[in-house]
Amino acid sequence: MISRQAAWAALGQVRDPELDEPITDLGFVRMLRVDGGAVHAELRLPTYFCAPNFVFMMVGDADAALRALPGVTEVRVDLADHFTAGEIREGVGHGFEATFPGLTDGDLTELRSVFRRKAFVAAQGRLCRDLLTQGWTTADLTGLRLGDLPPSALVAAYERARAAIGLPAGPDAWMLTDPDGGRVPAERVDQYLRFANALRVSVEGNAEHCRALLAARYSDDLGGAA
Amino acid sequence: MYHKDGVSYYVVDGHVHYWNASPENRNRYGEGFIECFYNYQTSLSPAEWVWPLEKFCKYTEEDLIHDLFETGYVDMAIFQPTYLRDFYPGEGFNTTERNAVVKERHPDRFVLNGSFDPRDGDEGLRVLEQKAERYGLKGVKLYTAEWKGDSKGYKLSDPEAYRYLEKCRELGIVNIHVHKGPTIWPLNRDAFDVADIDDVATAFPDLNFIVEHVGLPRLEDFCWIAKQEPNVYGGLAVAMPFLHSRPRYFAQIIGELLYWLGEDRLVFGSDYAIWSPRWLVEQFVDFQIPEDIQGEYGTLSVEAKKRILGLNAARLYDLKVPAEAQLDSVPAGAAPGGRS
Repeated sequence: MISRQAAWAALGQVRDPELDEPITDLGFVRMLRVDGGAVHAELRLPTYFCAPNFVFMMVGDADAALRALPGVTEVRVDLADHFTAGEIREGVGHGFEATFPGLTDGDLTELRSVFRRKAFVAAQGRLCRDLLTQGWTTADLTGLRLGDLPPSALVAAYERARAAIGLPAGPDAWMLTDPDGGRVPAERVDQYLRFANALRVSVEGNAEHCRALLAARYSDDLGGAA
Repeated sequence: MYHKDGVSYYVVDGHVHYWNASPENRNRYGEGFIECFYNYQTSLSPAEWVWPLEKFCKYTEEDLIHDLFETGYVDMAIFQPTYLRDFYPGEGFNTTERNAVVKERHPDRFVLNGSFDPRDGDEGLRVLEQKAERYGLKGVKLYTAEWKGDSKGYKLSDPEAYRYLEKCRELGIVNIHVHKGPTIWPLNRDAFDVADIDDVATAFPDLNFIVEHVGLPRLEDFCWIAKQEPNVYGGLAVAMPFLHSRPRYFAQIIGELLYWLGEDRLVFGSDYAIWSPRWLVEQFVDFQIPEDIQGEYGTLSVEAKKRILGLNAARLYDLKVPAEAQLDSVPAGAAPGGRS
């Protein structure tokens, strides 16, 4: 017996890889039904042409998250109103290349990595921007280790994004590293943070746009799953 | 021409369409495509600027002329064709041929751009030559995500695309407008990647690459490339309407663009008929970066607004700007717009 809350929480672990936000917060879960051990979810998206690779990841991740629930007997994740809805619905569990034969030259590992790295830099940009407004200097930032960070929601988000790309998480690890783990040299910090900020603006602007399009498409206020 | 607080703004709408997305002209992909466009209009426009869907699918030449020139302050509009024959099997979506009929009746109000598809081979090169001669093309609009049979998109760095860019250079087509993604092939890569712009901007320093929608959704990668390539420009279509519904995001986006590219390489565009120039021009001239982020981004000056609304595009297309709208005609102390 699975509770609806548990299933919803599982879907809350699934993030839009491009926007780095949970699909439950974005309003992408249109329907969630739990009946004993059987879970049925349906996802929806801002446009008919949303990039199929990201869509496949979200549907696949949702499927996997629900299958990991203790006591689950059956999982179905449907996708509404998308030009590859049929292929993705059938293909989940068989892998991306098998789902789109002839249209790929590899799996989604590299793409996922590219966007996790972007998400890391954006989270880092958000944290550094906040620290700078609190009076820290860029010179201070280069000397910060994870153990020096005062606890906050931005630090938690940064640590999550950092863990997602496999960087060391101990208190001695440097905060201001590039996604490869190398420290950003002092003379490059300003430019690095400028780029991180552009990335943050880009991702947040895209998320705003996606929310607006989804609300227009479904004429609702993102109330989400019924 | 738009006049506000004693300043005259010459307005070039760098991105307009005259499309036909009526049911007779489309398949299910064309239907999905125009519905997506329609949601762009409904989600980011002031309520009084939202059209009925039926009108949005096929508006008239009178609507176009009225909205651009009679009420929209536009001096010159640049037609950016988008063929999409795999979605609109009848006559295509918004073709140079369809636009040319309108330009014939209003020759002094439109710049007519062409298009090419590198997958059309030698025949496509001949057609491009013919169109360049017939229409006197100075620009082309490319849509790298266009479907063509089994192919679901291309890159500017493909060898076939190089041949076409060499042909453009030879024909005096100097302005290459590029609309990125969502490219489908190869499906496992980022569909909106702008790296191919970097490649061709370096290889063709004598051509201008105007990246439409300022590379959105990859604003950061676009900015990074544009900083290093002086012949890369940003077309503001799609970014502009954030003015109304998400003004703070608009401030940050325009702030980033001013930082990375500067005010000389940004070009206004409404993306008509998704949005109409009247309210975009009015709101842009009234706009200012909010005070709390001016430390980061500075302010948007009257000169910058004049450049973005028309002078930059006039330079790219060699358009004659009336004396009253030249940069040196800004009265001393003109307010840069107050609403912040």
